[in-house]
Amino acid sequence: MVRASFGRRLFVVLNYLFLAATAAACLLPLVNVLAISFSSSSAVAAGQVTLWPVDFSLKSYEFVIGKPEFGNAFLISVLRVAVGMPLNMLLTILIAYPLSKDRKHFRFRNAYAWYFVLTMLFSGGLIPWFMTIKMTGILDTFWALILPSAVPVFNVILLLNFFKSLPDEIEEAAEIDGASRWQALWRIAVPLSAPAIATLTLFCIVTHWNSWFEGLILMNRPEHYPLQSYLQTVIVGRDMALMTAADVARWAEISDRTSKAAQVFVAMLPVLLVYPFLQKHFAEGIVMGSVKG
Amino acid sequence: MKSRSFRELPLHLMILPGFVLVFIYSYIPMAGIIMAFERLVPSKGMFLSPWVGWANFEYMLRMPGIARVLGNTFFIAAMKMTAGIVVPVTFALLLNEAKNRLFKRGVQTIVYFPHFLSWIILSGILIDILSPSTGIVNGLLGWLGLPSVYFLGDPGWFPFTMAISDTWKEFGYGTIVYLAALAGINPALYEAAEMDGAGRIRQTVSVTLPGLLPIIVLMSVLSLGNVLNAGFDQIFNLYSPQVYETGDIIDTLVYRIGIENANYGVATAVGLFKSVVSFVMVGASYMLAYRLTGYRIF
Repeated sequence: MVRASFGRRLFVVLNYLFLAATAAACLLPLVNVLAISFSSSSAVAAGQVTLWPVDFSLKSYEFVIGKPEFGNAFLISVLRVAVGMPLNMLLTILIAYPLSKDRKHFRFRNAYAWYFVLTMLFSGGLIPWFMTIKMTGILDTFWALILPSAVPVFNVILLLNFFKSLPDEIEEAAEIDGASRWQALWRIAVPLSAPAIATLTLFCIVTHWNSWFEGLILMNRPEHYPLQSYLQTVIVGRDMALMTAADVARWAEISDRTSKAAQVFVAMLPVLLVYPFLQKHFAEGIVMGSVKG
Repeated sequence: MKSRSFRELPLHLMILPGFVLVFIYSYIPMAGIIMAFERLVPSKGMFLSPWVGWANFEYMLRMPGIARVLGNTFFIAAMKMTAGIVVPVTFALLLNEAKNRLFKRGVQTIVYFPHFLSWIILSGILIDILSPSTGIVNGLLGWLGLPSVYFLGDPGWFPFTMAISDTWKEFGYGTIVYLAALAGINPALYEAAEMDGAGRIRQTVSVTLPGLLPIIVLMSVLSLGNVLNAGFDQIFNLYSPQVYETGDIIDTLVYRIGIENANYGVATAVGLFKSVVSFVMVGASYMLAYRLTGYRIF
């Protein structure tokens, strides 16, 4: 083997350093905030905290956990994921399967496909959307967080393309054996698409968990806010209005920065927990659906 | 023999629930665009309020600063679109040069992660680390002997802060499609180039880049639909009145007119303007993508 030139070796070393530095730049802001959340407010105020907690303290977490609004919002978010995600997945599968058939097997396939795709290309905008939700009577109820976003059209397209890539022969054989369409879907297409369905499930979990805008404008009372909407009011700074007198007293003990950092971290925790599973599949998931010939 | 319609019936039934929900929450709002030509009377609702013709649009055009808002939107969106192609392509090329698989996997795991965090979480983090008095970024600048910068409060900096932080969040995720394309390049091409005496740089120029070109073209074309998407989630949570001059965008303006001031007609008109421009751009970009690369959505 020919020894690599000096220039080449220099490039390799610099490249590794650059890649490592970039990865660090993605990670360090999160580490900094985590360190702040575990430090005492005096150390934070003195600017001593960078990447490791100084004067370790759990006060900010005690404050967050002791705050009923935070726990309440957290529960609403969990419930939202628990109800919203299965509904998303059921509807995605039920729409994607018929649309994965070609026109020979399903005459209206293209018309239906455009019906759904058009909603990705054009929308009525914020105000008509808001008025429609109001008109259907679900404003300020839990269902406002579920029903308007029940059909994730982008996921439907991803799954449709995955279903299309399955070999036709298996389903044809099943049909000859007398399987109905429903059986072909649930016994053949769905099990064969398990990796794609797992990826989309995790996407739906993260989307529901992260979504904040609906909660903010469709809920009239802060008690109905999911976590990210609640956090929005805390971080963008209208927190005082939502605080009780007892809160203000407790809050005085810890700094605004440590309590915000702790809340940010707790809200990030579920995403951190599903990320390893998500990361295992999503790369193939994206590529399979969005970039095909 | 059962008829064709009968055999296709289950397929219609499968679609039905989703069809109805999309009709209610996507198509009724489209019809609700009619509000752009009305003065909304709450008791009469979206479809029966008094008709005012083009008055809301005239009001929109007379609004002070509307041109500035359009300019801000386009400027921030254009920066994000450009960085959204250049940075992921460059990073994918460099990552592709790292041969240690464990290292590569580790870097990928870390750089993909910010994509999955909401702008609420990231705003919390950015507001803290970018603070001029206590933030770690200005601490670092001070350590390097540079003056401190008010990234979120200085109108001169604000659009760039938005573009940089958005790129920081999304570039890692953006590399996925390019890494997949790089993995798909036939290794025989590199061997042939090496036999012909091509060095590493020459191989990158003559083999790697042509291999990536179709996907770069596709991603660039598809991003055209975002010319008026400057990123509501990010800007709404990070801007403040002191940076409206450079940071206010169409979506935030619609929010303030419509939700805060309850001026529904005008907000719908401004939103309609954005929807129409975006629709034309997305439609054109899909057509272009189909012509250039044979790309089809479904």
